[in-house]
Amino acid sequence: MVSGLINANPIVYEKKERQVRNVATVHDEYAVEPIDQEEIFDIKDPEHPYSLEELKVITEDAIEVDNERSYVRVTFTPTVEHCSMATVIGLCLRVKLMRSLPSHYKMDIRVAPGTHATEAAVNKQLNDKERVAAALENPNLLDMVDECLAPSYA
Amino acid sequence: MAEPSQLSKYIESFVDSSLSPSQQAESLEAIASLLKNNQLTIETLVREMEGYLTTVDNVIRSRGILLLGEVLVRLASKPLDDATVHSLIAFFTDRLADWRALRGALVGCLALMRRKSCGGMVSGTDAKAVAESYLQNLQVQSLGQDERKLCFELMECLLERYPNDVASLGDTLMYGICESVDREKDPHCLMLTFHIIEVLSRLFTDPSGAPDFSHELFEILSCYFPIHFTHPKGEDLKIKRDDLARALMLAFSSTPLFEPYAIPLLLDKLSSSLPSAKLDSLRYLSDCTVKYGVDRMAKHVQAIWSSLKEVIFTSPGSDLSFTSESLEGLDLPKNEIAAEALSLLQKLVVQNAKLSLDLIVTDEDINMIFNMISSYKNYHEIPSEIKQRLHAVGRILSTTAKASQESCNRVFECFFGRLMDTLELSARNSSGQPDSDESTLISKRCNHGALYLSIELLSACRDLISSSETIRAASSHSEESWKSLLQNFSPSLTMAFRSAFICSSKDTHDADMYFGVKGLLILATFPGGYLLISKTVFEKILVTFVSIVIVDHDKILLWKLALKALMQIGSFIERYHDSEKEPSYMGIVVEKIVSLASAGDISMPFPLRLEALSDIGTSGQSYMLKVVQGLEEAIYANLNEVYVHGSTDSAEIVTHLLRCYSDKMIPWIRCAKGFEEVLLQFSINIWNQIESSMVFSASLTNQRGVLDAMIKAMKLAVASYSVEKQNIIVQKSYNLLISTISFPSEELFQQGRFQIAEEVDNSSGRDEWILSLFAAVIIAVYPQTHVPNKRSIVSLFMTTLLKGNVAAAQALGSMVNKLDLKSTGGQTSSDCTLEEAIDIILKSSLWIFQKNSSNIQAKIIGDRETGLNNLCNGVGRCTSLHIHAIVGLAWIGKGLLMRGHEKVKDMTMIFLQCLQSSGRANISNQDKDVSENNYELDLHHSVMKSAADAFQILMDDSEQCLNREFHAVIRPLYKQRFFSTIMPLLQSLVVKLEPHSRRFVFRASAHIIIDTPLVVVLSDSKKIIPMLLDGLSALSNDVADKDVIYGLLLVFTGILMDKNGQEAVSDSAHTIVDCLIDLMQYPHMMLVRETALQCLVAVSRLSHARIYPMRTQVLRAVIKALEDPKRAVRREAVRCRQAWASIA
Repeated sequence: MVSGLINANPIVYEKKERQVRNVATVHDEYAVEPIDQEEIFDIKDPEHPYSLEELKVITEDAIEVDNERSYVRVTFTPTVEHCSMATVIGLCLRVKLMRSLPSHYKMDIRVAPGTHATEAAVNKQLNDKERVAAALENPNLLDMVDECLAPSYA
Repeated sequence: MAEPSQLSKYIESFVDSSLSPSQQAESLEAIASLLKNNQLTIETLVREMEGYLTTVDNVIRSRGILLLGEVLVRLASKPLDDATVHSLIAFFTDRLADWRALRGALVGCLALMRRKSCGGMVSGTDAKAVAESYLQNLQVQSLGQDERKLCFELMECLLERYPNDVASLGDTLMYGICESVDREKDPHCLMLTFHIIEVLSRLFTDPSGAPDFSHELFEILSCYFPIHFTHPKGEDLKIKRDDLARALMLAFSSTPLFEPYAIPLLLDKLSSSLPSAKLDSLRYLSDCTVKYGVDRMAKHVQAIWSSLKEVIFTSPGSDLSFTSESLEGLDLPKNEIAAEALSLLQKLVVQNAKLSLDLIVTDEDINMIFNMISSYKNYHEIPSEIKQRLHAVGRILSTTAKASQESCNRVFECFFGRLMDTLELSARNSSGQPDSDESTLISKRCNHGALYLSIELLSACRDLISSSETIRAASSHSEESWKSLLQNFSPSLTMAFRSAFICSSKDTHDADMYFGVKGLLILATFPGGYLLISKTVFEKILVTFVSIVIVDHDKILLWKLALKALMQIGSFIERYHDSEKEPSYMGIVVEKIVSLASAGDISMPFPLRLEALSDIGTSGQSYMLKVVQGLEEAIYANLNEVYVHGSTDSAEIVTHLLRCYSDKMIPWIRCAKGFEEVLLQFSINIWNQIESSMVFSASLTNQRGVLDAMIKAMKLAVASYSVEKQNIIVQKSYNLLISTISFPSEELFQQGRFQIAEEVDNSSGRDEWILSLFAAVIIAVYPQTHVPNKRSIVSLFMTTLLKGNVAAAQALGSMVNKLDLKSTGGQTSSDCTLEEAIDIILKSSLWIFQKNSSNIQAKIIGDRETGLNNLCNGVGRCTSLHIHAIVGLAWIGKGLLMRGHEKVKDMTMIFLQCLQSSGRANISNQDKDVSENNYELDLHHSVMKSAADAFQILMDDSEQCLNREFHAVIRPLYKQRFFSTIMPLLQSLVVKLEPHSRRFVFRASAHIIIDTPLVVVLSDSKKIIPMLLDGLSALSNDVADKDVIYGLLLVFTGILMDKNGQEAVSDSAHTIVDCLIDLMQYPHMMLVRETALQCLVAVSRLSHARIYPMRTQVLRAVIKALEDPKRAVRREAVRCRQAWASIA
């Protein structure tokens, strides 16, 4: 493991204001609110106390949700090209999706093209079921992931 | 005389260090009380103690001396002769040299020094001797904290009480004190130290003669500034940083001799980056400026001004807010530092007006801003750093102008003219008429920066004259130049402000409107009649505002601002009793606004009109009177339309008017004094009007809203009267009632309900109207108010409530709630007591739910004499009558319940019987034979439902009647009592009934659980939880029960969050989880699903052994919730899933 931070001084962007709850509006009790991009936010960065959104690792535009075909694709952008945390971030995203989405959804997580040195390797690793399952057996990794996801359960 | 042996025992036990402190204290008190009661003289005591006081054993000697000292502390008020005092002080003075027994000596000295003059004081020479001994013998800084504190107290006492004697010591004293206070660190001692220096330097103010010690003293002080206080919280008891800072400040400013050292130091620290240092510096500077005097401060003024300017210019200022709330709020900086700086500036200007004004007037930065603002037309164009400086200049000028008349003159002379030039305004010419023609002025936009500064200046001089008491006297003799300037420019300024919001119709900014309105507002609120602002100008301003209010209602901000400004002008006139301006205001504003209530030709929307009306009314009593009159006239006129023609338009208007009356006016009138008569007149007029309108075409069906609004207004109005006035109105309405409505005869109630109902149906719309209003009056009266002919009224209401008139039911409930328990002396036949009323109610056949087969009815009547239980017989075809009867009974029951009357039981029994009905109306005849005494009933579902909902009426806090506002009799804890009596009944009922008919019992119990205070439910949670869970699952099938389900779930959440509740819950964890899992899929209400998931999260925190078996079941169920159509539910589902997944 490299000592010190990989990106010591990241640029922090503002978080987009989301309406948490609008009680005042009259709900149509039976209206359907489709699953959309908002379900995936509030994941903490593995090395900084900011959320991935604040670091612009993921944005709403980078998440595609297709409810008809039960398909989700997330494209994330590591802050620096050689970021060794890319796989951890990807794993967090995957776990978050696994826990948040109904089981029939298929998810595809990839690094944005041209933003990472070992793009292909990372993509392959993230979308390999066996390797993801194996990674989640590792207690150290699982702790790390859980820590990153903690704010989204707050 | 006390026994010598006893005394020596006391002494021995105090001196003996092996005994406990409490025993020592006891013997000390014993000796002191002997002395106080003259059973012992000081002399005897000293003789007795001789051995202890002179022994060579250090410990015993110090205890002995301490005993003597402490005894003297306790004798502070006992007179002692001079010789004793003298010899004692001589002894202690001598003992100060004995460092091993110092404490006692210090305590003794202090006790003697503090004696009041009445009972023997230490003489001046003795005090001097003490001081000498002190200075010679004490090495204060080498002592412990307690002794140091005593030393400082002693010195403080010497300096304060014997200043002249001590002062004669001169240098020695100075040196001694400097030495002893140097490097003190304990906060308690520091407080004393600072005070000692303060007193000391006052003592040596005169610089002649004695060598100057101020430098040395200040050296000691200066190292404490600024106070850096790091004591952790809670450790030190009383002293805070602010106390220390204040004490040090007083020491700083104690003598002008410190000036050469203090001011440079403070100015230096002012430039520090530490906010607390800045703040302290400013405060100290303010204090020093006042105390050091003009001459000494003169040479520092320039330096202080430049630092101040720096502070004010750089203090982070916020943007001006252009909302109606900030209209009158002074533009004070939120920043504490800037506020402190401005107050220092004001002190400087007051103290040395000429010098500081010269500086301000010639200041380059200020002049630069003045040059700069002319290049920006619009407020929003100004870059933020210049905006900040602009605000700073505004504040500086306004503070300066506010300081004194002289400074105000100077500022106006120098700056006002320039501002007017920038705004391109001209003074009034000699003829006194504004020479600018309006058209040219209106066509161009005004400079915002200049507008802002003129507003600041104007408001400053307004505040200046409103703060000076003798406005007229001051302005008559002195020719203040700012006043003449203001007089000359006020017409054209008015034009400028008006044009600010009139001209720029295309790209209007908030700033335009805000500056315009604020400027006009300030001009209009100059105190002192028309002295400064002429009548024409004032009236023009009013007309402008009024026309905005009436015409420009589509510009929301401008409208609000103008209305607010009018309100403030109104309350200003009221506050200053400005008799000159009041007629103009009344004529222009109030009249016009009041006419809004009735005028039909204006496009202004009605709610806005009412807002304007009520706002203007609340700004002053005399306006309110007018407004209320106008409003009432409009109400009467429109009501007339409604009565005679049944006009729908008028009905809508009058509903608005009445709502405004009851929501805005009545609350205000209640707070103000002297308006009761007006309110009384209002309700009397309403009654008169309805009395005189014989043609009545308003029907209940389409004018329900009007009647409801009238009922509400009537209730609120009547509730605010005194008992005597209520008597008047009750009598008045009763007279009208008997003249129109024929009271039902008592026999009627013995007949069947259908006859009654038919009887009631005969009444006309007007009767119904009168009856409802009468019910409103009855609801709102005090228990003491006399209601005539109660018997008939009770019967009347009973017939009326069958028609579904809820007001009548509520009135009946209120009557029952407020009736006297015992009959009063002069009772007539028409009066009745509570018991009688209840008899009338319960015996009537209204509650007999008639059965078409008469034999059964006969059987039932024969069974019980009261016929109470007959209620529960019924047929499906008169369902609505049943429901009305039950609702009526529920309100009556509520009245009884709240006063804690036991008859409420009879009523609840009726409801319970209804709930037991099988719900199968047609097929139950054979059941009847089986259960003769069980009164198996056949009631329609909706009747059973309303019986269940009767419990909600019983328990709920109603806003419409039976509350504090309407003077209900409320017994404490009535809900709790009812809860504990009724719940066992309901529980046993559940057991008794067949499963399919339990639903309404659950609904009833749910109402009770929901409305009982949570604490009560918690204390009974073990018994309640099964009921609650059964209720949740039984009610989850029907949409109509969704609110009840939600209420129950909330109670359940409350139980889960409580410590005791959790214990009760964990016993039945399995059932609970099952129930919650079912509710997770509840289709009719999102909140239920969400709350169920939240409850599950809470359940996951129960003991692991209990919940682990359910884990897989929960996880499987939560997955389904992940696909919920609502986002909030999905979010909770994710949380819930995580919570349960992580308990593995």
